Amino acid sequence: MGMTLTEKLLSNKYGKKVKQGDYILLEVDVALANDITAPIAIEEFYKTGLKRVYSSDQIVIVPDHFVPNKDIRSAMQVKMIREFAREQGVEKFFELGRMGIEHVLLPEQGIVKSGDIVVGADSHTCTYGALGAFATGVGSTDIAGVYMMGKAWFKVPDSIDVYIEGSFKEYVSGKDFILKLISILGVSGANYKSLEFRGPGVKNISMDSRFTISNMAIEAGGKTGIFPIDEITLEYEKSRSVVVEKLSPDEDANFIRQININLDEIEPQVAIPFLPSNSKDVSEVEKDRVKIDQVVIGSCTNGRMEDLRAAASIFKGNKIDKNVRCIIIPGSQEVYKQAIKEGLFDIFVDAQCAVSTPTCGPCLGGHMGVLADGEVAISTTNRNFVGRMGHTGSKVYLASPVVAAASGIKGYISNPENL
Amino acid sequence: MEIKGKVFVFGDDVNTDEIIPARYLYTHDPEELAKYCMEDARPGFGKREDIRGGIIVAGENFGCGSSREHAPISIKAAGISCVIAKSFARIFLRNCINIGLPIIEIKDISGFKEEDIVRVDFNEGIMENEKTGKKYEFKSYPDFMKEIILSGGWINYAKNLVKGEKDG
Repeated sequence: MGMTLTEKLLSNKYGKKVKQGDYILLEVDVALANDITAPIAIEEFYKTGLKRVYSSDQIVIVPDHFVPNKDIRSAMQVKMIREFAREQGVEKFFELGRMGIEHVLLPEQGIVKSGDIVVGADSHTCTYGALGAFATGVGSTDIAGVYMMGKAWFKVPDSIDVYIEGSFKEYVSGKDFILKLISILGVSGANYKSLEFRGPGVKNISMDSRFTISNMAIEAGGKTGIFPIDEITLEYEKSRSVVVEKLSPDEDANFIRQININLDEIEPQVAIPFLPSNSKDVSEVEKDRVKIDQVVIGSCTNGRMEDLRAAASIFKGNKIDKNVRCIIIPGSQEVYKQAIKEGLFDIFVDAQCAVSTPTCGPCLGGHMGVLADGEVAISTTNRNFVGRMGHTGSKVYLASPVVAAASGIKGYISNPENL
Repeated sequence: MEIKGKVFVFGDDVNTDEIIPARYLYTHDPEELAKYCMEDARPGFGKREDIRGGIIVAGENFGCGSSREHAPISIKAAGISCVIAKSFARIFLRNCINIGLPIIEIKDISGFKEEDIVRVDFNEGIMENEKTGKKYEFKSYPDFMKEIILSGGWINYAKNLVKGEKDG
């Protein structure tokens, strides 16, 4: 019996062959935490009486959720983690102005690499599966464990084979693919499992779309969502001065389920409240004339260059509907700068969008665009739970950057094809 | 170990944004988080006196969404003694094992009403609804997780490992 990509990645690091169902204690390459989750990890670490972390090299801390600090207590949490980083000599602590949303920043900076084992006290840590890394969300106590001994515990998960053929139509991207897949799996269809993407269509999916797809594996409950390390990965890694080798699951690997998806058959998707699995074709949702109050384009899901370029292509020469406000959040300083260089900021500002510094901000109803009772948003973020972006009486529809932008122009949820 | 408590019933896919909304994540103090436990699923729940010692009974995929450990911390600090659900989301389950909040997975859990009284016998793997007299069996945790629980959580387990490495 061959091996899944998940088994290969874990076995390579463990130093001997592991199989599905095994419990292992494994040294990690990266342990990530943010301004919400790091404080608990740090307190738990110091409570043990230990003075020094196992290895400051493994540790990455990115204050991004309530940064720029939204209030005094949030500022106190960031202050605490900043002091920890200084005390422990953590070099990979990213301040405002030098940062990005964690899952945009880490691959971009070459901190997470193909083949790495990554744990993060943030559920969207699965994003790095796009690079062919084994990356999964854990809790703060797990991170404290890494601070203590460099290791975390894992159960080697079963894998679901997502076999991809074809290529995306115009106005369709990674976001539509993953929303479609979550609608097939349901919000717990991949619980405890690894999603593995393969097939001839994989080569037609860009790196940025792969990040979007892997990012939302957790919305189907997935432990991780992994792409093979192929030509596209190697090219991306090369641009970050990272050298890696190709890696794929074996043909005869033990998958517990296969799902076939033809990219040609996917329409732009919209996930209606209150679950990410409630997605429908935009042409269907458009009929309901769902009026919107706010558009959000950004987040760890869709805050990369491909996303901003796609949004700009729709906004160019247009203005946001007079009853709508639109917030655009580039995912990192590098994305921010590149978007300026390409003239995208001119397009956004001319369209009357507000452009923000990188932050998670409104995605989790933190700041920078919180919704009032009865308000409706269309957002490129990852969750549309009750109250996710603010008041429990507000609603969030999830979509791709082009669908969000087109909807902002029209004032109701719209198909970009009909602009 | 045996516990007994009043039941509070919740549905499917209760997510961590409902368990502890992000607007309270400016703190990680358990006592303060406890006040807002289950706030967006049932406003005011965390401030009720009668939930102390109670048992949450829920449907599928309890604790889905964000990895925030604040969610099980708020439940534990609010005095809930155990969460029973048809299934748990992965990170939430992991967090509960790590911090020592007892959770039980039972697939067939229908027929529970608010304020039923439930008795859980962890040694025998039996849960009984004392109102209806119905008994439910549940499987014990895998050995590895049991060791973490018996150590008193992941930090204590890790402490022993670190100590072992030093001594060894």
